[in-house]
Amino acid sequence: MKKLENLLPKLVVAPGFIFGFAFIYGFMIWNGLLSVTHSRMLPNYSEFAGLEQYIKLWDMDRWYVALKNLGIFTTLYVGGSMGLGMVLAIFLDQKIRMEGFLRTIYLYPMALSFIVTGTAWKWILNPSLGLEKLMHDLGWASFGFDWLVQSDTAIYCVVIAGVWQSAGFAMALFLAGLRGIDDNIIKAAQIDGASLPRIYWRIILPIMRPVVFSIVLVLSHLSIKAFDLVMALTAGGPGYSTDVPATFMFTMSFNRGQLGLGAASATMMLATVAAIVVPYLYSELRSKPHER
Amino acid sequence: MLKLSKLATAVALLVAGTAAIAGEVEVLHWWTSGGEAKSVAELKKIMQEKGHTWKDFAVAGGGGDNAMTVLKSRVVSGNAPAAAQIKGPALQEWAAEGVLANLDPVAKAENWDALLPKVVADIMKYKGNYIAAPVNVHRVNWMWANSAVLKKAGVAGAPKTWPEFFAAADKVKKAGFVAVAHGGQNWQDFTVFESVVLGTGGAKFYNDALVKLDQKALTSPAMTKALETFRKVHGYVDPASPGRDWNLATAMVIQEKAAFQFMGDWAKGEFTTAGKVPGKDYLCAAAPGTDNAYTFNVDSFAMFKLKDAAAQKAQSDLASSIMGVPFQEIFNLNKGSIPVRLNMDMSKFDDCAKLSAKDFVASAKAGSLEPSIAHGMAVPPAAAGAIQDAVSQFWNDDKISVADGVKNIAKAAKTQ
Repeated sequence: MKKLENLLPKLVVAPGFIFGFAFIYGFMIWNGLLSVTHSRMLPNYSEFAGLEQYIKLWDMDRWYVALKNLGIFTTLYVGGSMGLGMVLAIFLDQKIRMEGFLRTIYLYPMALSFIVTGTAWKWILNPSLGLEKLMHDLGWASFGFDWLVQSDTAIYCVVIAGVWQSAGFAMALFLAGLRGIDDNIIKAAQIDGASLPRIYWRIILPIMRPVVFSIVLVLSHLSIKAFDLVMALTAGGPGYSTDVPATFMFTMSFNRGQLGLGAASATMMLATVAAIVVPYLYSELRSKPHER
Repeated sequence: MLKLSKLATAVALLVAGTAAIAGEVEVLHWWTSGGEAKSVAELKKIMQEKGHTWKDFAVAGGGGDNAMTVLKSRVVSGNAPAAAQIKGPALQEWAAEGVLANLDPVAKAENWDALLPKVVADIMKYKGNYIAAPVNVHRVNWMWANSAVLKKAGVAGAPKTWPEFFAAADKVKKAGFVAVAHGGQNWQDFTVFESVVLGTGGAKFYNDALVKLDQKALTSPAMTKALETFRKVHGYVDPASPGRDWNLATAMVIQEKAAFQFMGDWAKGEFTTAGKVPGKDYLCAAAPGTDNAYTFNVDSFAMFKLKDAAAQKAQSDLASSIMGVPFQEIFNLNKGSIPVRLNMDMSKFDDCAKLSAKDFVASAKAGSLEPSIAHGMAVPPAAAGAIQDAVSQFWNDDKISVADGVKNIAKAAKTQ
């Protein structure tokens, strides 16, 4: 009986562990294997291709466009959501009326799927349907906002939609962080004669470092996975100017019959994520025990 | 470990148990919208009359991309359906995987070689054996026009050449309409490109450049001319086009907001649903300069190798039903395309379909019947996709010079 009691937690966790291991790490390895084969429409392991698929990948203009877009999107999306979320949280924290109501409004976009966000913003940003038309109808004839249909600006529309969706989420986390700060510290600082911006900059923000860490981690992986938002908003267009690595991978593997190339791009994505997240995780998690 | 192997056996038994029931055909297709679904129901009825069970395996959406993804997983797991909707050079790729059945017995018995134009038959064959049964022919190089808009703009009839077209488009623009209704999605950009190349370079050039992917043709002055014309067409598109669906572009023509659209004959379905009459409310004409040529998009069903004899019989019955006169007629009446079988009675079809059928036969004889590159009929998906990228990028970015456009397309054509 006692033995069973000891064993039970392990038994209960085991299936999840096994499946997690097989379906995450197993498939990562499988994907890596595929990327060194000549696989076209179906997996084909008969021949070792070496790094041929990677060479092909780095020779494609479209891949560079996808990488550049990922860089733009990740930076602006994470930065924008955090900046806007921070500002909203600070304003909401001023003991205003109807705070609960306002908080819900800002948080609601998070409840939507990226598909809904993408489709709604597609209509809003479309020059002949949305914002631009509305302004023209209201009499502001010189108003122009056609970013969505221009190759070089369309990616910023994806950023706008993404920030709109996620700023509320960042706000909620920041707000929780702000509420967790001991009032006495702030009062002490005020007695010492620190100005309000200085209090925020030198005291509150440093205390909120773990919150920033969580937000960056959640948002940056969302941005690398941004597939549905791009698909719904622009479908990678105009041309392929808003392609991101995730949509690139999907197109190559499943529409164009270049499974090997798609696998190579997926491996590159994994490497990129690892290169950014692993050092960050390491530094953040290691420094903690010293602080506490 | 022991338990695991037991589990594996159980799963294997389960899979084996569900497959191969006598005389059953499981058919994978993506015809789920109104007219198309009706057409598939006809095929089902025909099969049931022959005593077979029909198992519908419809995967909606994405122009077949979703269906292909499902199909791959089924085939990889060793559980292929009896038949699946596969078309163009993708047929060759599937056949190269060694999973497709040989349809020669049916094809020989019914003499498909005589019923199909050679260009189409060649696409249905792998190493000389039939591996798929063709269903219909869509013409891609169509130009649709709204008669009322043309009349208001003072344009007499559909323009026959590109200079005539641009003159007409200028008049339309002056009259306050959008000249070209276009949906800025990459495959639509590619569809327009295809018609422009066919119109400016002719069928022979089209074949060299976009079917054989001959580098000499791809970098020739004819290509430069095609791209110049292509860019000029872009000037007549309204600025809000990127991302628009093709049927919304068609709706612009129907609602008298725009004059022309370049799109395959599936656009006709939209006109018909809106209650418009060909020749009166709208005009269907070959894209400028392509009167004597024809780019086709043929849907087909490939059959997978099955072990069960009854299932094989059902497969060959399915193949022969697909090529049969009753199905070819009813299906294409619903779908807006024309029968792939030559010499069929076209009296029930509308004027556009009749014109399409006439040009189909004529161009097959004249050797100007060409597979559509924009719709996956001409070259394998990898190369077609890469060229589509280059074309679409050129269309959307005026900063790319024509010379660079030619270079990009030629480079894309080398994709293996």
